[in-house]
Amino acid sequence: MAIEAVDHSHWSPLLGRLWWDAIPPDPIVWATFAGVMLGGIALVAALTYFKVWGYLWKEWFTSVDHKKIGIMYMVLGLVMFIRGFADAIMMRLQQALAFGGSEGYLNAHHFDQVFTAHGVIMIFFAAMPFVTGFMNYVVPLQIGARDVSFPFLNNFSFWMTTSGAVLIMASLFIGEFGQTGWLAYPPLSGIAYSPYVGVDYWIWSLQIAGVGTLLSGVNLICTIVKMRAPGMNMMKMPIFTWTALCTNILIVAAFPVLTAVLTMLSMDRYLGFNFFTNDLGGSAMMYVNLIWIWGHPEVYILILPIFGVFSEITATFCGKRLFGYTSMVYATMVITILSYIVWLHHFFTMGSGASVNSFFGITTMVISIPTGAKLFNWLFTMYRGRIRFELPMMWTVAFMVTFTIGGMTGVLLAVPPADFVLHNSLFLIAHFHNVIIGGVVFGVFAGINFWWPKAFGFKLHEGLGKISFWCWVVGFYLAFMPLYVLGLMGVTRRMRVFDDPSLHIWFIIAAIGAAVIAAGIGAFVLQVAFSIWKRKELACDGDPWGGRTLEWSTTSPPPHYNFAFTPVVHDIDAWEDMKRCDVAAPKSGFLDIHMPRNTGTGIILGGIATVFGFAMIWQIWWLAAITFVGMVGYSIAHTFNYNRDYYIPADEVAETEAAAHGQPLPAGA
Amino acid sequence: MPRRPVAPPRAPVTRIAAALALTGALSACNTVVLKPAGDVAQQQGDLVVISTLLMLLIIVPVIALTLFFAFKYRASNKEANYQPDWDHSTQLELVIWAAPLLIIICLGALTWVSTHLLDPYRTIGRIDPETPISAQVEPLEVDVVALDWKWLFIYPEQGVATVNELVVPTNRPLHFRITASSVMNSFYVPAMAGQIYAMPGMETRLNAVMNRTGDDFVGFSANYSGAGFSGMRFPVRSVDDAGFASWVADVKDGGEKAAGTLDAPTYLDLEKPSENVPAMHFANVDAKLYGRIVDMCVEPGKMCMSEMMAIDARGGLGKAGIHNVEMLTYDKHGREAALDATRNPDAALTRELAWVRALCEQEAGAVIDNTVEAPEDKNSLTGFGLSAPQSLSLAGQNDSQSTLARPSKTSRN
Repeated sequence: MAIEAVDHSHWSPLLGRLWWDAIPPDPIVWATFAGVMLGGIALVAALTYFKVWGYLWKEWFTSVDHKKIGIMYMVLGLVMFIRGFADAIMMRLQQALAFGGSEGYLNAHHFDQVFTAHGVIMIFFAAMPFVTGFMNYVVPLQIGARDVSFPFLNNFSFWMTTSGAVLIMASLFIGEFGQTGWLAYPPLSGIAYSPYVGVDYWIWSLQIAGVGTLLSGVNLICTIVKMRAPGMNMMKMPIFTWTALCTNILIVAAFPVLTAVLTMLSMDRYLGFNFFTNDLGGSAMMYVNLIWIWGHPEVYILILPIFGVFSEITATFCGKRLFGYTSMVYATMVITILSYIVWLHHFFTMGSGASVNSFFGITTMVISIPTGAKLFNWLFTMYRGRIRFELPMMWTVAFMVTFTIGGMTGVLLAVPPADFVLHNSLFLIAHFHNVIIGGVVFGVFAGINFWWPKAFGFKLHEGLGKISFWCWVVGFYLAFMPLYVLGLMGVTRRMRVFDDPSLHIWFIIAAIGAAVIAAGIGAFVLQVAFSIWKRKELACDGDPWGGRTLEWSTTSPPPHYNFAFTPVVHDIDAWEDMKRCDVAAPKSGFLDIHMPRNTGTGIILGGIATVFGFAMIWQIWWLAAITFVGMVGYSIAHTFNYNRDYYIPADEVAETEAAAHGQPLPAGA
Repeated sequence: MPRRPVAPPRAPVTRIAAALALTGALSACNTVVLKPAGDVAQQQGDLVVISTLLMLLIIVPVIALTLFFAFKYRASNKEANYQPDWDHSTQLELVIWAAPLLIIICLGALTWVSTHLLDPYRTIGRIDPETPISAQVEPLEVDVVALDWKWLFIYPEQGVATVNELVVPTNRPLHFRITASSVMNSFYVPAMAGQIYAMPGMETRLNAVMNRTGDDFVGFSANYSGAGFSGMRFPVRSVDDAGFASWVADVKDGGEKAAGTLDAPTYLDLEKPSENVPAMHFANVDAKLYGRIVDMCVEPGKMCMSEMMAIDARGGLGKAGIHNVEMLTYDKHGREAALDATRNPDAALTRELAWVRALCEQEAGAVIDNTVEAPEDKNSLTGFGLSAPQSLSLAGQNDSQSTLARPSKTSRN
C-alpha cells in the first residue's frame, strides 16, 4: 500500500538530470524502443541505399512551397495519429483486462502516461497538423495565390511543430511523459507532485510546437486577407477559406494564452514561482481558467476548417451551389466569437455560483444554434442535388449523422446540473470523441480522399477506401456508444482498474470497437500504398470530381507556381463559373514568375529548438544556453541572407503549361 | 457508378437496430445516474432525460432528413428534382435559425432555473418530491477531505471520523464541506448527488439527501489525482436514524477498524500518500482539525492562509514580509524546512508569527460560511430575490410608500 518512490534527484553539470535512471524500467517500453530502432535503422538504410536523402533535403525539407509543406504536415499528422492510436489501443486493452482483481498489464506509472500522451498527441500533433496541412495546401490554391504571404515562415512553422513532436516521442524512451492528464492541472503538475521530467516534456513540446502554430496562423491570415485573386471579395471567398480565416484568427487570439500559461507553469516549476501552487497564495483555479480560455477555442480551431472541408465536399458531390453561403459565413463568425465565452463549462463542478454556471451553460447552448444552421445548410445543399456517393461524400454523410449525436450530448453536458452527474465520466469521453472522431477525423479522411488527386495526380483506391470507411464508422459506434452507457452507470474517466463486474461487458465491446477502428486505419494505410502502386491506373486530370473552386482549375499536381496567370474571380464557385462560361486557358503570353527560394534555415532552427527543449527538460543548462543563443543568432544571421528569390523564366512556364496539354488550364486575366 | 449510392442508407437500419438493442440492454444494467437513491441526483438525472427529449425534437428530424435526402437525391435517381443553382430561400433560412433557437430558449430557461435550484451550495428545499423539509430537522454535517489517495470523513457533531467509509442517515439533509490536502479531486457519490471538486486550500460544498437505505452504494474521486487514483473508492451506506446512532456508537467504542484519535500528528501521518486503504475509524477528532486543513496550517509553525490574507489585506509587511515566506511553504518539497523550523524554534520567527496572529480578526482555521439558503418561495428565482413589482406604486408619491417599495436588507434571510 505504501508508495515506492524512485529517486530521480541525480544532477550533474554536464548531463543535468540525464542519468541511467532515465531509462524507463518497463519491458513494454524496451520492446517498443527495439522495434522503433530497428524500423528507424531500416528506414535510414533504405533512404541511403536509394540515395533519396538529397532529394528529400532539396525538394521537401528545405522547401518553402506551401503545397509540399502542407503534405509534410499531413505526413506528420498521420505518423503521430498512429502513435496516439497505439496509446488508445493500450488503454482499451488495459480497461478490458483489469477486472475481477486483475491489475491489467499496465502499472499506474505507465497507464497514466499513456492517457496523458494520447490526449496531447491526438490534439496537438495529429489533429492540429492535419487541419494546418489542409489549410496550407488548399487555401493559396483556392484564392488564386502562388504561395502564402511568408513562405519561409511557413517552413519554419512546420519544423517547430515537428520539433515538438520529436520531443514528445523522445519522452517515450528517455525519462517519462507527464502523468497528469492532457491539460496538466496543477497542483498535480507542479514541481511538488510531479518532480521528474514528465511535465517538462509536456511543457516544452507544446511551447515549441505552439510557436509554429501561432506563426502559421499569422501567415495564413495575412495570406487570406492580402493575396486573394482580383474579384474575390470577402463574400466571394470559398467557404473553406472562410473557415480557415476564422480558424487562424482563433489561433492568433488563443495560442498566446497557452504560451503564457505554459510560461507561468514553467516559472513555478523551474524558478520557484507560485502562480499555481498551494503555497503563497497561488491559485490552481487560475490555471484551469487560463488553460480553458485557450482550450475551448482550440476545439473550434480543430472543427471549423473541417466544417469548411465538408462544405466544399457537399457542394461538389451534390453538383450544386452551397445552400445559404451567407448564413454559413455568419454562422462561422458567430462561432468564432462565441467560442471565447464558454470556457467555464469545462469546470462547472469547481464551485462557481449558480448564476455564473447558468451564464456559461447558456452561452454554450447558444453555440449550437449556428452549428445547427450549418448542418441544415449541408442538408439543404443535398436537397434537390444529384449526390454522387464517392468516398468524400460517404464520409460527409457519416459525419452529419454522427456529429449531430455528439452535438446533442454536448448540449446536454452544457446544462450544469446534468454536468454535475456526468462531468469527467465516460459519458464525457464518449461525447468529445463523438464530435472529434465524428467531426475532425471523418473530415480529415473526407479531405484526404477529396484532395489527394489534386496533390498527386491520381485518385485513392475506392474499394479499400470503402473498407476503411465502414471499419471506421462501425468501429466508432462500437467503441464509443458503450462509453455513453458506462457514463450513465457512473463510471469515471482515467480509471486503471475496476471492481464492478457488470461494467466488464461494455469495456469488452469498446475494445472490440477499437480493434475494428484499427482495421480501418490499416485499410487506409493499405489504400494509400495500393493507390501509389497502381497510380497509373488511378491517374486523373486536374478536375476529377467536377470541382467548383479554383484549386481544381490547375493541373494535378499543380505546377510549382500554381497559376501561370492570376485568375479573375466573378463568383463564389469561381471554377464552376469559368467552366460554364467556357473560359479557355491562355496558350501564350507567359511572363517570368517571381518565386521564393528554398532554405534550410527552418529545419536547422527546428533542430536547434529540439535540442534546446531537451536541454531545458533535463536541466543541462550549458546546452540550453548555447542552443538558445544559437537559435537567436541563426535567426539574425538569416535576415542577412539576400539570396531569397528567383524567377521561373517565361519559356519554362510555357513548357510546363504545354506539357499539361489535355488538362484544364487556368483561365487568364 | 450506378448502383453504389444505395450503400450508405443501409447503414442507418443497422444503426437503428443497434440503438434499439442498446436501449434494451441499457434497461437491464444499473444506470445509477438515471436511477439514483437520492432526491438531488434524481432531479439531476431527470434533467438529463428531459434535456435529451427536448433536443431529440430537432435531432431526430435532422438525422432522418439527412438519410432521406442522401437516399432520395442520389445520383442514380434521375427522377429526383435537380436544381444546381438553387442556393437560397429566406423562409428556410428563417426556419433553420429559428428552430434551434426555440429549443435553446426552452433549454436555456430550464438551465437557469435548475442550475439555481440544484446549486450544490444551496440547502435542499425538500426531502423528496412529497416531503417538504421540516424546520426541526438539522442537517447532518460531514467534512470531507480528499487525501492522497483516500477519503477522510469527519463528523463534527458526533466527534468521529472515518477513512474510506461514508455512512449517512436516510431522509435527513446532508451538508458536506469539502476540501483536499494536496491535489484536486472530485467528490462524487452518483447515487446521492452530483459531484463537486475537492481542492486544497479551498472549501466547496454539497447539499444532498439519501432517500433509500442500502449498503451497496459507492463513492469515488471523479477527477484524476495521480498514481493511486483508481483506488480512491469508498462504500457508502445509507441507514435509518437508529442505525446511524448505533454506527456512531460502534465507531466510538472502537473495533477492528479502530485507529484511535484523529489529531494533527495523526492527520499528518495519514495524509502521506498511500493506495487502496481499507476503512478506518477514529473515535475522537480534534474539533479544529478540519478548519486547519482548509486553512493549510495543520503543521505546527506554519502560517494559515487566513493570516496571510489578513496581512495582504493590510498591504503586506513590506520588506519584513520576506521572513514569513518559510512559514508559508506547504507543498511536499518544503515540508522538511518548515518542520525543522519548529524543531529548533527560532525566536524571531516565533515573534513574527505572534505578531501576525495579532493582525487577524478571524480565528486561524475558521472557515467563512458561504452557504446559499433555499428560499421557501421559489417565485423569487425569477427576479433573484427582488420583491415583486406590485409593491411599486405609481399613484402614490409620498415618502412612506416609496420606502415600502424598497426591499429592506433583512428581507432576504
